[in-house]
Amino acid sequence: MKENLIEFNNISKFFGKVIALKDVTMKLKKGEIMCLLGDNGAGKSTLIKTLAGVYKPDEGEILIEGKKTIFDSPKDALDMGIGTVYQDLALVSLMSITRNFFMGREPIKGIPFLKTFDIEKANKIAAERMGQIGIDVRDPSQAVGTMSGGERQCLAISRAIYFGAKVLVLDEPTSALGVHQASMVLKYVVKAASEGLAVILITHNVHHAYPVGNSFTVLNRGRSLGTFKKEDISREELLGMMAGGEELDKLEVELKEMNRLNS
Amino acid sequence: MSEKAKSIASKKISGQDERLQKVSKLKLLLNRPELGALGGAILVFIFFGIVAGDTGMFSAYGTLNFLDVSANLGIIAIAAAMLMIGGEFDLSIGSMIGFAGICIAIPAIYWGWPLWISIVFAFAMAVLVGYFNGVLVVRTGLPSFIVTLAMLFILRGATLAITRLITGRTQVPGLRVLIENDPIAWMFATDTFKWLFTWLGSMNLIALRTDGTPLATGIPPSVIWFIAATLFATWILMKTRYGNWIFASGGDKNGATNVGVPVGRVKISLFIGTAVAATIFATIQVLDAGSADTMRGNLKELEAIAAAVVGGCLLTGGYGSAIGAAFGALIFGTVSMGIFYTDVDTDWFKVFLGAMMLIAVVFNNYVRRRVTESK
Repeated sequence: MKENLIEFNNISKFFGKVIALKDVTMKLKKGEIMCLLGDNGAGKSTLIKTLAGVYKPDEGEILIEGKKTIFDSPKDALDMGIGTVYQDLALVSLMSITRNFFMGREPIKGIPFLKTFDIEKANKIAAERMGQIGIDVRDPSQAVGTMSGGERQCLAISRAIYFGAKVLVLDEPTSALGVHQASMVLKYVVKAASEGLAVILITHNVHHAYPVGNSFTVLNRGRSLGTFKKEDISREELLGMMAGGEELDKLEVELKEMNRLNS
Repeated sequence: MSEKAKSIASKKISGQDERLQKVSKLKLLLNRPELGALGGAILVFIFFGIVAGDTGMFSAYGTLNFLDVSANLGIIAIAAAMLMIGGEFDLSIGSMIGFAGICIAIPAIYWGWPLWISIVFAFAMAVLVGYFNGVLVVRTGLPSFIVTLAMLFILRGATLAITRLITGRTQVPGLRVLIENDPIAWMFATDTFKWLFTWLGSMNLIALRTDGTPLATGIPPSVIWFIAATLFATWILMKTRYGNWIFASGGDKNGATNVGVPVGRVKISLFIGTAVAATIFATIQVLDAGSADTMRGNLKELEAIAAAVVGGCLLTGGYGSAIGAAFGALIFGTVSMGIFYTDVDTDWFKVFLGAMMLIAVVFNNYVRRRVTESK
């Protein structure tokens, strides 16, 4: 049995009287993709920020490679290999691909006090990395604004991996994308996992999550409804488990009622 | 991934991408922020070359005159451009010029400080003002427009009140005699390449005074500072890590913070930059005029921002260039001086200024769309 790369044991987070998270437990191995499903307000954002070191949990513990860890800052989490790709991607559309790729972590060269940004090296690495994903970059000095949504998402993920992420936390990576773009991103996520990363994919879209996930954790109103292996649960059961499931059933009944009255 | 991906990757590693050559030099140039200002400057020179070519505007004396005006504005415009790229404004530049002026003059004239200590003191005050502006903006999260607008009034008012309190007047004259033998004042007060102008005069290539010395005595210090500032700012923006942080801080504050850019520190340092640039401007002007005036630099902040905008800076931050701002300042300086050489009433200058800005903003907006949406 392989050791868990990251473990969340009974994590709780409170904001005053509000219980944002209660007793959430998750375990991930290398190469595993776990999808975190939940409707709006289920606590997904709080969980991500706890993973990324923005919030400290009020209860419970985080284990990384079996060692108990407390993140004091987002930088701590980064240094421990938790690479979080937020929904806004932290990309500046007016800046070039290279300048975005190395934003905040630019390679430098030269003598002390006159150190310059090593743009040639950065261009080379950025083009190489984008090439590995199969993204057709005409020129790494072109603005990120010229890329498609899927390409930007892949750029952000690729950047997190390049800078040493062992656990990738992806916040709604496909929510703003069309089918084609979304499948491009999901393919890349599967590839990243096959190379030994653990991936936590946060989404409310079961149709995107189900094909790629190895396991699924469903959050509802700050509590985990449990973690399920793919072979133990169907797409429909997952959909039903999210808060949206009941609502949709209700909607269906109401619509039928409306149709009946209209006809 | 696939073989195709690998082949693409290997092409990238080899450095040359065959599709790159299809993008013409012209198209690459079209995507640069300073293009508009460069084109504008060329147009302005063609225009004055035609209407004022034979009036002495482009004689050595006339040229140095409009270069001096452009350079003074350019020094603050470049700092304002860098701050704008970093996503903030500084409306207190003009007031800082007046404040720095009296920070030099009052200690030197009334307190008997050596001139160089007064100059150092003015720069120290500039760092303090810039730091205060920056910390206030970064800590409170208020728009810099408001914070520095307040500082515009505070600094101008303090300048007037303090000067009147100490001297009983609003002007402090008598600095000129202190410049000689001062260890640092020469950096702000000496014309350079005098030998060249003397030689040109002796060859009868440039106009002479009646006593035989050339009318244009040398390159004014403002021009040297202006060129140095343009080169330094461009190097920072394009070639250093800090430059990348400036673009990132202005382009997307949250994104930059999330990937570890010290956005607060970057912005504070840029506010210090504008205050220091205002003090360079003030030192040059005060030593040139030999006196400090509490109203010096009035409205200069708007001219600096206008030059930066004409130079391609976006008001929303994250985009622009120091070279563009330099050309923006050159346009303003050339027109403000050139208009005297034409038959046009100088009253029309501000009309031109406004029209120029409007055209520049429309053009820059178009360029930005090209940059971000062309696929």
